[in-house]
Amino acid sequence: MNTVVEVENITKTYNTTCAVDNINLSVIKGEIFGLVGPDGSGKTTLIRMIASLIKQNSGKIKVLGFDNVKDYKSIRKVIGYMPGKFSLYQDLTVEENLTLFATIYDSDIRTNYHLIEDIYSHLEPFKDRQAGKLSGGMKQKLALSCSLIHKPELLLLDEPTTGVDPVSRRDLWKMLKKLINFGITTIVSTPYMDEAALCDRIALFQNGRILESNSPNEIIGKYENLLYKVKSYNNYLTLQALRRFSNDSLVYPFGESLHLVLEKNDSGIDLIQEYIKKQNIGLVSFELIQPTIEDAFILLMQTKNSEIL
Amino acid sequence: MKKFRVFVWKEFIHIWRDKRTLTILLSMPAILIILFGFAITNEINDAPIGIYDKSKDELTSKITSNIINSGYFKLEEIIKSDDEIIDVFKKGRIKMIIIYESDFESNLTKFNTANIQIISDATDPNVANTLVNYAKSLVNNFIMIEYNISPNFKIDVKMRYNTEMKGSFLFVPGLITILMMLIGAMMTALSLTREHEFGSMEYLLTSPLNSYMIIFAKLIPYLLIALFDIIVILILGTVVFGVIIQGSLLLLMFECLLFIIMSLSLGLLISTVSKSQQVALMISLMGLMLPTILLSDFIFPVSNMPQWLQFITNFIPARWFNTIIKSVMLKGAGIGNIINETLYICGFIVLFLGLSIFNFKERLD
Amino acid sequence: MKHVKSITVENLTKIFGNFTAVDNISFDVEQGEIFGFLGANGAGKTTAMKMLCGLLMPTSGTARIAGFDIYKESEKIKRNIGYMSQRFSLYEDLSIIENIDFYAGIYGLEKKEIRNRTNEMLEKLNMKSIKNEMLSSLPLGWKQKLAFSTAIIHKPEIVFLDEPTGGVDPITRRGFWELIYEYAYSGMTIFVTTHYMDEAEYCNRISMMTEGRIAALGTPAKLKSDYNAIDMNEVFIKIAEVKRK
Repeated sequence: MNTVVEVENITKTYNTTCAVDNINLSVIKGEIFGLVGPDGSGKTTLIRMIASLIKQNSGKIKVLGFDNVKDYKSIRKVIGYMPGKFSLYQDLTVEENLTLFATIYDSDIRTNYHLIEDIYSHLEPFKDRQAGKLSGGMKQKLALSCSLIHKPELLLLDEPTTGVDPVSRRDLWKMLKKLINFGITTIVSTPYMDEAALCDRIALFQNGRILESNSPNEIIGKYENLLYKVKSYNNYLTLQALRRFSNDSLVYPFGESLHLVLEKNDSGIDLIQEYIKKQNIGLVSFELIQPTIEDAFILLMQTKNSEIL
Repeated sequence: MKKFRVFVWKEFIHIWRDKRTLTILLSMPAILIILFGFAITNEINDAPIGIYDKSKDELTSKITSNIINSGYFKLEEIIKSDDEIIDVFKKGRIKMIIIYESDFESNLTKFNTANIQIISDATDPNVANTLVNYAKSLVNNFIMIEYNISPNFKIDVKMRYNTEMKGSFLFVPGLITILMMLIGAMMTALSLTREHEFGSMEYLLTSPLNSYMIIFAKLIPYLLIALFDIIVILILGTVVFGVIIQGSLLLLMFECLLFIIMSLSLGLLISTVSKSQQVALMISLMGLMLPTILLSDFIFPVSNMPQWLQFITNFIPARWFNTIIKSVMLKGAGIGNIINETLYICGFIVLFLGLSIFNFKERLD
Repeated sequence: MKHVKSITVENLTKIFGNFTAVDNISFDVEQGEIFGFLGANGAGKTTAMKMLCGLLMPTSGTARIAGFDIYKESEKIKRNIGYMSQRFSLYEDLSIIENIDFYAGIYGLEKKEIRNRTNEMLEKLNMKSIKNEMLSSLPLGWKQKLAFSTAIIHKPEIVFLDEPTGGVDPITRRGFWELIYEYAYSGMTIFVTTHYMDEAEYCNRISMMTEGRIAALGTPAKLKSDYNAIDMNEVFIKIAEVKRK
């Protein structure tokens, strides 16, 4: 197997806060690796360390065999990095931005046009428009084009879909999937749980640590608890009732319904249903369902939290 | 080289598309020179005065008309009684009152002495002083000629380099100094911190680009704008205000170029220590513009400052440049006369560039 | 109850120059309802919300907020609504209690009233023992709850939430929604603007805006079945595709 990024015992602290706390992971050639977690969980800090933009306090990072502290110049030749906030030149046009970034790498728009063709074709009608006047989705497409135009071996994307509408999000992900054909490895960070399922492998981040790192299917497969979807007319009353039944049962709102988590050999669902029936809150239905990544994340967080307590 | 060209091109686009800033940068020399030249001036022109003539004889009216005709004063008020004097001053229009004692002419012929009293509004002491001196010499001259009285001694004053005591000779060099600081240091600092603030620096840093290229590409457009502004000031100064460049134009431009490079390096240094445009602006304004204006010998003479403050002015590059530019422009000094000051400027360049390079980070932290 | 409808909007339109930001929209929001106001950035959400809060005059159309007319009674509207944005309006360098006092003061509450409500709120949020902690030292979830609580310290009839839970972890987010459910149950109307489609699923009813118009309106379940979609994300994409054709 061909390892592109190797992260070993990486720790990074700012003043007294620990942004990244002893993280290990490795990324394999040609995969899309997702760093999934909320704001401030250490995703951006890790990406910046891999991009050689900041130095770790301890631990080691190898990118395509290069050390991120000593050989940072070699790393910068082979990566494409897209920072979190939109940071192209707002007063340059779409085409001017792209030309500028191609020239930086001694390349031009034509050479690697096939890489960006799918998304840049959406932008081409606006190529004389200044980047600052594009919509959020368009800006992200342009930024992605600019970080791809030199055909990097490793693409680092920091929250490329934050604040982007669903249609542009779908386009961006389609494009990322296609890059695998060109042998480009991608590390992408996202706060959206539903995007985790689109990655080949993910690491779930919380408070600077990795809760779990695996493929989405494996993570869901490891979920051994019983998960019930609880539908009712009034989520608030049902939630209260379920909490009354058992103080330490894990139940939470999930979109339109509630999710109730029981231990894997807990057979108490009948008792619960019976109890709820007597609560006079109307019809409540229970359905055993497959967990999502978000359910897995919640359970992992819950277990970690109770470990700390 | 192609990369460098692209970067310079990009900087020009930034400047070109920001029309408001560009207009300000290019029109500033003209606006400032006109402001300083016409509005803000120490020269006396048509100062409003009052005359209180208790004598009303032929001589006093001759003296009065002589004073008024000099062009320095304008008769604004004829005062008729002692009570009016205070009122006239309180109204604030009148800067000075000339009072002739009664029987002025006959006193002068009989006793060979007569009194004129000059009362002036000294809320602005410099102006009051100048007005009084002008009036005194006008009266003395007139009496001397009229009565052919030759005084026992004669003071011969010569105003060298600026015979007509023109303010423009002072403010043209001063303006060049200030503008160079503004464009060189402030604009460069702002433009570099902007890259950090918008995050585009992150892109550039993670590329194989040589960071010095990013920086030097940024300096070129501002260098050109600064040169353009100098030329505008020099042309306006010579054509409109009659400043004559005594020394070598080539030397003058060379020294200006050195000073621009100094301010660009200073701007660079500011950008390496400021996290945001706001900080850069504060440092430039408070830390650069104020000392440049106050301590560079432009408005307040360094030689009148207390010793410790004079010592501090040594660290203000503008102070050395002010000496250089005055010497070359007004005194016709050659490089030999200003070699010390030039070396100081060169020293500042080395210092600021060195510190910037030392401070410049290839990373974010 | 004074009136069953907290918000009624009829043919509301806002035109800037030759650009129609909000194009003839109409909808009602019931008291105690959690109403999701969705759309991509630039779809007209913010403009519409500003009109509803009495910050922007409509070009045409009518709207009543908490029973007050948006043309004539904008001052009364402001006193009866609360507002919370994802970019919290709390001050990081003030303590918890100072932040609460400040917001209570803004709404001109009496000294005694401020003390009562502050205590009530600290009790509810379980923050009594840490009330002198600086805001900057709090975890995100706590800040969020505090921000919401200060936004409703004057007990408004309607509270506007602007992308309230973007970028927070799944547990914090759910804690926040539980708080919202509780207030909605007690009769407060919740108006949520967001471009996060999964945030929308927590609402009772949703309106989806594109190009200044309301393209779809209904419960999340109804919209999903109407568009034959598994989630709101897909609903949005399908609406956009219909538009494109």
